[in-house]
Amino acid sequence: MTDQRVGRIRFMDQQRVNLDGFAHEDVDLGLIAMASPHDPDPSLRVEDGRVVEMDGRPVDDFDALDALIATHGIDLSVADEAMSLDDVAFARLFVDPAVPRAEIVRLVAGTTPAKLAKVVTLLRPAELTLAMTKLRARRTPSNQAHVTNRLDDPLLLAADAATAAAYGFREVETTVPVLADAPSNAVAVTVGAAIASPGVLVQCSVEEAMELEMGIRGLVSYAETVSLYGTESVFVDGDDTPYSKAILAAGYASRGVKMRVSSGAGAEVLMGGAEQCSMLYLESRCVSLARAMGVQGVQNGGIDGASVAASVPRGVRELMAENVMVMARNLEACTGNDALMSESDVRRTSRTLPILLAGSDYVCSGFGSIQRYDNMFGPSQWNAEDLDDWLAMQRDWGVDGGLRTAQPEEVGRVRREAAEACRDVYRYLGLADFTDDHVDRAVDAVGSKDLAVDGVEPDPMVVLGAAQAIRSSGLGSLEVAKALLECGYEAAAGRVLDMLAARVHGDHLQTAAIFDESMRVLSLVTDPNDYAGPGTGYEPSEERQAEIDGIRQARGVEDLRKDQALEADGSFRVLGPAAQGSDPREVVIGVSPGVGRNVWQTLSGLSVIDALGELLAGLEEEGCVARVVRVNGSLDLGMVGLTAARLSGSGIGIGLQGKGTALIHRRDLPPLANLELYSMAPVITRDLYRLLGTNAGRHAKGATPVPARNPYTDEAIEARYHTSVIALVALERACVDRSLGNEDVEVVR
Amino acid sequence: MSSESVRAFSGRDADELTIDRLSRDELVMDDVRISPDQLEQQAQVAEQHANPQLAANFRRAAELALMSEADVMALYESLRPHRATAEELEALAVTLEGVPAPLCAALVREAAAVYARRGLLR
Repeated sequence: MTDQRVGRIRFMDQQRVNLDGFAHEDVDLGLIAMASPHDPDPSLRVEDGRVVEMDGRPVDDFDALDALIATHGIDLSVADEAMSLDDVAFARLFVDPAVPRAEIVRLVAGTTPAKLAKVVTLLRPAELTLAMTKLRARRTPSNQAHVTNRLDDPLLLAADAATAAAYGFREVETTVPVLADAPSNAVAVTVGAAIASPGVLVQCSVEEAMELEMGIRGLVSYAETVSLYGTESVFVDGDDTPYSKAILAAGYASRGVKMRVSSGAGAEVLMGGAEQCSMLYLESRCVSLARAMGVQGVQNGGIDGASVAASVPRGVRELMAENVMVMARNLEACTGNDALMSESDVRRTSRTLPILLAGSDYVCSGFGSIQRYDNMFGPSQWNAEDLDDWLAMQRDWGVDGGLRTAQPEEVGRVRREAAEACRDVYRYLGLADFTDDHVDRAVDAVGSKDLAVDGVEPDPMVVLGAAQAIRSSGLGSLEVAKALLECGYEAAAGRVLDMLAARVHGDHLQTAAIFDESMRVLSLVTDPNDYAGPGTGYEPSEERQAEIDGIRQARGVEDLRKDQALEADGSFRVLGPAAQGSDPREVVIGVSPGVGRNVWQTLSGLSVIDALGELLAGLEEEGCVARVVRVNGSLDLGMVGLTAARLSGSGIGIGLQGKGTALIHRRDLPPLANLELYSMAPVITRDLYRLLGTNAGRHAKGATPVPARNPYTDEAIEARYHTSVIALVALERACVDRSLGNEDVEVVR
Repeated sequence: MSSESVRAFSGRDADELTIDRLSRDELVMDDVRISPDQLEQQAQVAEQHANPQLAANFRRAAELALMSEADVMALYESLRPHRATAEELEALAVTLEGVPAPLCAALVREAAAVYARRGLLR
């Protein structure tokens, strides 16, 4: 007994947040977010224009990361100034709107990894948000989607890529459960994205050499899975060195393919090679290395290790600090919010929100636009089920999180066109034949599980065969564009060709480049972030703001008026002015001005006729005489009920508003007092209206009724109904007319 | 970024990359491949935007742009850990100088020195 935890604790243990792992800090394992006692003190010694000591380590002890950073990554012309700047003074520059981004970039170029980590450690969460607002490279925020599925099904990939593009994602990243399928996935996603929008960047994340091959062939337009690690041992375990990665970066650029590197907290901890350093310091080394190698951008903020960082104190703060370091080093930031870091909706929202508010080059480096089970990177922080939440959050805060509402008809249209185009292209290129039924299923599918016919999923050999054919024939995007054209998809063919033509210019190789839907390059060069305090920086255009505000669920009075009109009939007939009753058994039911005129359905979905019917039946059971009176002078329920009570021979009245709230009143009470009240209109059932009628009858007879309990609900009932309530009140308000007085009404059922 | 015409690796004007030419099968892969000159242009833009390292990368890329897909991939493979001896990397650097790809050759030599010290040679 005494060992048993009390119910309150047992209840809390069951909450989803307690599925997450929480770790004690453990410096030996590198399980520490920021400021490990083993992080080196910042230092930089230069002799004869050459770095001879960096962060406490002499040149002869430099590992491969130190060597590349020290040789290429530090602007020695500002190093003295930057390294001698007091940490707090430096951190203040990050948040001072009077200090331009360019000044931070200038100074940070002269910092060592340890110095930058030490400075951003001083930034509190709100300060990180402000720093991100100011320091991100591109003015216009954007977002990136994952598009994958368990089966590598090309038609579903195409339909889902088109869907992602329709929702506004400007980059789409696919990957494969089966490596050899990769070329097929790249083609399917390229086709799907091109159907829905010009200028969507496409990548297929696979092993380094194969990804490079696909980039060179033009099957993808950017690459991201070029991993960096914060220690040399982990780097080598990953079968690369900073130098091989530097050549890889140049290899992509040599073919006009955009690329960024991928790093982030936790990778070194997971591979047992953190060398007792904090996650932030190791990530600072990665970010310094990225800049030194000459890549334009970094995907970080944990990525696969996000939950490792989130398991320790201040871990989520560390994730955001990583992103800010990237921005301060004048690089494109693709800010994580990628792998799911918590089972708790509250924690994952908490982790992402400051970045959504600040705006980022890519708020998510992989929003799972598909089903969680279809995400071959693993479930994302945000997934298909969260698209409407994301749109609502953008609207709530009036910020641009990169997405827009795709109307249901548009989603249906682009999914069909994408699946058909993909089918036609595969047939034209001799890659595979897909049936009409397969197309139909891909168009309608929520996820790949919906592709099965009688429990049998599509044959995996078809995809593998297509992929092998693409690879062995040397087929590239030019052939894909040609196939689209020959199959009658001229616009999509033009879009694929435009992406290839963009490679010839190379403007999208510059920092933080995306294409807008007119194929204009938005980057550090063409669309630089100019935030300098309130009234400056990115503000959505009027058109973009309308997209952010115009979610498909928004409704107004006119929508409700139409819905109500659908329920209208001729069952209410005005008999004439209502007189004072004299029958002591009489109970008057007062209805509000709109009832039976422009309000016909209560918030519970019950018609006003049915609600009235139950009240009348309840009164009849008590042997009372009922009369229905429309109170035209007020829509206040208390006044409607009190008016009814005053007209009633028994002195007892019932008030009913169009939205369904109801009460029992007595003629000698003040308006705001009453005998019984049903305030929760959305959850009032037929039985409760019947009971209210019965109880009113008992009051009329002088008996003591058992009061009805208001129905209870734990749902966000007000959030759900307040917009309808406001519209209903507006409809009723339009019917208020004191000069009409009170009218007897006949209700024909 | 420049207003003058941009030419692809093949020498074709980028403005000629049209659907009409695609439909007549007149376009080949080298028509949609970036030229070393254009990468140099991008290097200058990067320099003007406070990123000399990105500029250096574009200049290495301009050298690699002259090389075949297979040679680029082989170069990458040689620089992975424990793939090459000091002699092999030096031979690679000499080959690169002949492309000419002196910046990439310098990076290979730099890597070779670090690899020797850090035990990353084959």
